[in-house]
Amino acid sequence: MLEVFIFATLNGLVTGLLLFMLASGLTLIFSMMGVLNFAHASFYMLGAYFAYSISLQFGFWLGLIFAPLIVGCLGAAVERYGLRRVHESGHVAELVFTFGLAFLIEEAIQFFWGPDTKNYQSPDILDFPLFTLFGQEFSAYRGFMIGVSVLIFIGLFRVLTRSRIGIIIQAAITHPNTVANLGHNVPLIFMGVFGVGTALAGLAGVIAGPVLTTFPGMAIVLGSIVFVIVVIGGLGSLAGAFIASLLIGLLQSYAIASDVGMPDLLNFLGVSFERDHPLNDLWTMTLPQIAPILPFLLLVLVLIFRPTGLMGNREE
Amino acid sequence: MLEVKDLHAYYGKSHILQGVNFNVQQGEIVSLLGRNGVGRSTTVKTIMGEVAPEGSIKFKGEEIAGKKSFEIAHLGLGYVPENRDIFPTLTVRQNLVLGMKSTKSEGRWNIEEMFKMFPNLGERADVHGGVLSGGEQQMLCMCRTLMGDPDMIMIDEPTEGLAPKIVEQVALLLQEIAKRGVAILLVEQKLSIALKISHRLYVMGHGKIVYEGTPDSLLKANEIRSEWLEV
Ligand SMILES: Nc1ncnc2c1ncn2[C@@H]1O[C@H](COP(=O)(O)OP(=O)(O)OP(=O)(O)O)[C@@H](O)[C@H]1O
Ligand SMILES: [Mg+2]
Repeated sequence: MLEVFIFATLNGLVTGLLLFMLASGLTLIFSMMGVLNFAHASFYMLGAYFAYSISLQFGFWLGLIFAPLIVGCLGAAVERYGLRRVHESGHVAELVFTFGLAFLIEEAIQFFWGPDTKNYQSPDILDFPLFTLFGQEFSAYRGFMIGVSVLIFIGLFRVLTRSRIGIIIQAAITHPNTVANLGHNVPLIFMGVFGVGTALAGLAGVIAGPVLTTFPGMAIVLGSIVFVIVVIGGLGSLAGAFIASLLIGLLQSYAIASDVGMPDLLNFLGVSFERDHPLNDLWTMTLPQIAPILPFLLLVLVLIFRPTGLMGNREE
Repeated sequence: MLEVKDLHAYYGKSHILQGVNFNVQQGEIVSLLGRNGVGRSTTVKTIMGEVAPEGSIKFKGEEIAGKKSFEIAHLGLGYVPENRDIFPTLTVRQNLVLGMKSTKSEGRWNIEEMFKMFPNLGERADVHGGVLSGGEQQMLCMCRTLMGDPDMIMIDEPTEGLAPKIVEQVALLLQEIAKRGVAILLVEQKLSIALKISHRLYVMGHGKIVYEGTPDSLLKANEIRSEWLEV
């Protein structure tokens, strides 16, 4: 029992941190633009594919460094030559633009890399068990994922709260005109934030690709959960996004690891049904089966009881 | 220093500035007076590039009409808006850092000196700007703009809603700014402070300059005061 709990917690942590790497960029970009970037997870997918291609030639580590850089530059270019122009036509146009971009990236990936799953592998040096507990192994690669995420977040946090550029970014998000009047080039700052946000998504793709498989649907799988997270956390709140990411990562992981289901509940209540009962599927459902929809259930609950999200304070 | 010629500006279809002409010379304190809604704030916003200008605005001999706000700020024109946009979640010190255009600028002003000049701000250096009083916020806002070491500063209604004692302090700071060779365009409603510290004054009415003079001449011009200033 204890080992199940410990491993579920560790795996939940891996997922949660990975989700936050996407959610943090999405949240920052949302605070700036005022709209959700539906193509955000597409940059995550691009990260995985670029890293895959680079790793074939030059190995995993160069992919780890260069794929996020390339994705970040692409993101900055999308902001500079796409979103900034569309911005003048209002929020709806921006939303439609990011939707279109998501489709475009998915099509482009199918065109260049094909529709099948890529054999993107974690590096050999990390192919050993980090530790063994109760006869179960925790892979070094997962430990590496945790390490990279934590390092990135500490760095991001320090830059945002301590450095001059972080102060300028914080102020530019809420008071763009005032910051411009003080002599700061706000559009350039926004382009930079967009670039860093997409580079983070790319980095998430690089490190998640080998574990969550690299295929053209990976953006949609993770993207929908990331949107759920930023809404649950409270749109625009980094702290909220962090809490919601870990919450969902852990929740899903516990659900998958658990072996309870409706039969246990019914037994406990002393009720039983015949095998040919019309709702048999419902009575035999197990928690691991519904794990994928748990984030959405949580979303519904949050929207009912706390519509602004956990840490949100937008009044609208 | 600043030379505005035949400046027009619009909000949508409404023609707010209808040919504004005035100038500010180096080291001068010049006041722009007028009743509510005549377009004084619009004038400074237009100079700063927040509202699209038509006409000519020359700063230090360079045409700045059509330039972006941050470029104009970099040329050395500072602006303190009327809404006192301090950043409530940043500390007083961070607010000041934000005013600096680069990390190494050694200009006329530095943070420690400002804290000495305004002990109120110094004591609250690490407190969030949002908890300051209105007067302290106004001081912070002016100091923040000064941190960018402008050669001229435009200040929109710095004394609005402040107690008489604080108005005194604002007047002292303005004189200190001028003493260091920074030209000031002061947008005001209160005649008293404008008459006390200005070298020259302009009165604005309905999108145009309707009077230009000195504090002495304005004191004598009774009709102008009753037609354009007194309520
Ligand atoms: N954003 C805006 N959109 C449309 N009209 C505006 C806007 N801002 C100001 N106006 C109008 O432009 C005119 C001039 O406004 P402005 O703010 O320049 O006045 P002001 O002289 O600074 O007066 P005060 O600050 O005392 O209100 C006013 O009639 C005002 O209603
Ligand atoms: Mg005004």
